[in-house]
Amino acid sequence: MSTVLDPQAVRPEGLNAPENWEGPASDGHVVKAGELDLSHKVILYLDDISVSFDGFKALNKLNLAIDVGELRCIIGPNGAGKTTMMDVITGKTRPDSGKAFFGQTIDLTRMTEPEIAHAGIGRKFQKPTIFEHHTAFENLELAMKMDKRVWKSLFAALSDDEYDRVSSVLKQIRLDHEAERPAGLLSHGQKQWLEIGMLLMQEPRLLLLDEPVAGMTDDETERTAELFVSLAGKHSLVVVEHDMSFVEALGGMVTVLHEGSVLAEGDLATVQNDQRVIEVYLGR
Amino acid sequence: MRTPLTIRFLTSMPRSGWLALAIFALVAWVAVPMAHLMLPESSPFFVSAYTVTLMGKILCYAVVAVAMDLIWGYAGILSLGHGLFFALGGYAFGMYLMRQIGTDGSYGVNLPDFMVFLDWKELPWFWVGSDSFIWALVLVVAVPGLLAFIFGYFAFRSRIKGVYFSIITQALTYAAMLLFFRNETGFGGNNGFTDFKRILGYDITSAEMRLILFGLSAALLMFVLLLGRYLVTSKFGRVLAAIRDAESRVMFIGYQPLWYKLFIWTLSAVLCALAGALYVPQVGIINPSEMSAANSIEIAIWVAVGGRGTLIGPVIGAFIVNLAKSYFTVEFPEYWLFFLGFLFIGVTLFLPDGVVGLWRKLFHKEIGRAEDVSAPTPPPKSSPPPEPAVQSASIDAKGAAA
Ligand SMILES: Nc1ncnc2c1ncn2[C@@H]1O[C@H](COP(=O)(O)OP(=O)(O)OP(=O)(O)O)[C@@H](O)[C@H]1O
Ligand SMILES: [Mg+2]
Repeated sequence: MSTVLDPQAVRPEGLNAPENWEGPASDGHVVKAGELDLSHKVILYLDDISVSFDGFKALNKLNLAIDVGELRCIIGPNGAGKTTMMDVITGKTRPDSGKAFFGQTIDLTRMTEPEIAHAGIGRKFQKPTIFEHHTAFENLELAMKMDKRVWKSLFAALSDDEYDRVSSVLKQIRLDHEAERPAGLLSHGQKQWLEIGMLLMQEPRLLLLDEPVAGMTDDETERTAELFVSLAGKHSLVVVEHDMSFVEALGGMVTVLHEGSVLAEGDLATVQNDQRVIEVYLGR
Repeated sequence: MRTPLTIRFLTSMPRSGWLALAIFALVAWVAVPMAHLMLPESSPFFVSAYTVTLMGKILCYAVVAVAMDLIWGYAGILSLGHGLFFALGGYAFGMYLMRQIGTDGSYGVNLPDFMVFLDWKELPWFWVGSDSFIWALVLVVAVPGLLAFIFGYFAFRSRIKGVYFSIITQALTYAAMLLFFRNETGFGGNNGFTDFKRILGYDITSAEMRLILFGLSAALLMFVLLLGRYLVTSKFGRVLAAIRDAESRVMFIGYQPLWYKLFIWTLSAVLCALAGALYVPQVGIINPSEMSAANSIEIAIWVAVGGRGTLIGPVIGAFIVNLAKSYFTVEFPEYWLFFLGFLFIGVTLFLPDGVVGLWRKLFHKEIGRAEDVSAPTPPPKSSPPPEPAVQSASIDAKGAAA
């Protein structure tokens, strides 16, 4: 997936009228506004995104397209704009210019953070923010996609299905033997997994993971790679990571960010041999 | 996994909890009444009128303490305005008690004495219906409930938290106290309401009425404990604790903390008001001093002494502090406030989890989760300190090698 999409080809009426644009007429596919449309196999599309902080360009005409089910790694030196890119996707930072689309129809630049989370983009922050006084099980229960109003919570009881979902995610994140322990007592790596589990409970289509293995042991890092690989396909993942052995283990496409724009894209071996990439890393 | 609500309710408390509750009910509803009515005064088991009333009063305080803990211990919101809700409940029921005096007041007119004194000829509009017991109960719940709801809505919507919230609740209470001090407000000014005669036509000073009020106070406390138990073990309680620990995170996973806080806040206020309504006929007086700053702060002290974030702690705290108070105010009245101050400082410094926390520590009972987590965690050997993100440099080694 290295062809750069031409937005006009995908969206005949231009990018400014996404709400009532109902998919290309040619394939007879009709989508309601606000619903995730993956008919073009692209789940995330960033087009010429620029963000500046007091004149400093953290993102500079950034272009990026992520396929449905893809596992993409983003690497780049400190300050390259990786976290800022995630901030733009999740609505935390508004771009100065450019477009960000989730699927074909959902314009992320017009949505609030909770709306974006609800639409199906889950983000894991650099620092885990789990509920330390709640057990691992309860953390997942709280994160589960369900009616979250007061009245429902007052009388809520887990159905068999819901219980099974929590259990299966616990197994996926290898915490099935720690289910009843307060999350604050888990190891650093386990906390990170728990947070990923909480993301999974919300059934996101796209997962954004910022330095997920920072501070993990080699063993934990290896297991995390296995977990991500198993998640790809069903979910789309964008992983920001500095740890090259981890990126290698993931095995997906790699995008190198530098000074707010894409420097190179391809599999890990290709970008590692790219002269510009080597310069950027050695020149520091 | 899906269990009926009744079963879930029954299992939300261990068997020992139910047993303790049953014993408490037996004592309050059977043993005390029998000891009060049937035993001769010379018997060592005789329970005097003074004791019944004192205990009834402390039971009301215990209800307030549990209500305070629901909002402070479980939702992390320290209210210094619970004295207001307590007093409003007391005033709402006090209006009914004033009307029950009828023409037995000092002026012999069917109007509360203070109104005659002010030369008022008829009841002001907000006293309409105050001769009805049912209406009085409606007011007891509705007035503090509405006030709490409206106040809470604006405070929580503006994300007012921590000490700021405590201060504005205190300010609200103070403003209400000034309002109630004025004679023109229509609630008896600084004298408030007193000299009650009857409830539902029955003599308020009779031994039976004393025991009924005491029994109702005990019933209210049991109800509040069971309700609290249900709430804190429900998903609602887990969301509430999550809001206390990391509010923005809770928002991020799709909950609206505003409504959760508002629900528990309003409920807590209404429970306080019910306690106030039961308190007033037992002590025989309600006046604006119930809204003084010291009263609301004292409520927080009961909870801190007993143990925040536990349901039984506030009950124990309310009993310890108030029994000490009734002893001190008789023996050395001038030292009470010093004692209270030292108690608060001592508890804050040495017993952060109150008496219940101390008990758990001493007897190595299975320690609640809260304590587990706040205790320093032995670093698991599989978790080295997070490495700084300078690993990016590693690409050059690999990149150059590749
Ligand atoms: N809110 C902000 N205000 C001002 N400057 C900011 C802000 N957020 C980020 N920056 C700057 O933008 C640049 C890009 O930051 P960003 O956090 O996106 O980098 P990164 O690629 O995630 O780096 P790292 O690898 O260290 O996590 C940095 O120079 C940073 O100082
Ligand atoms: Mg970053």
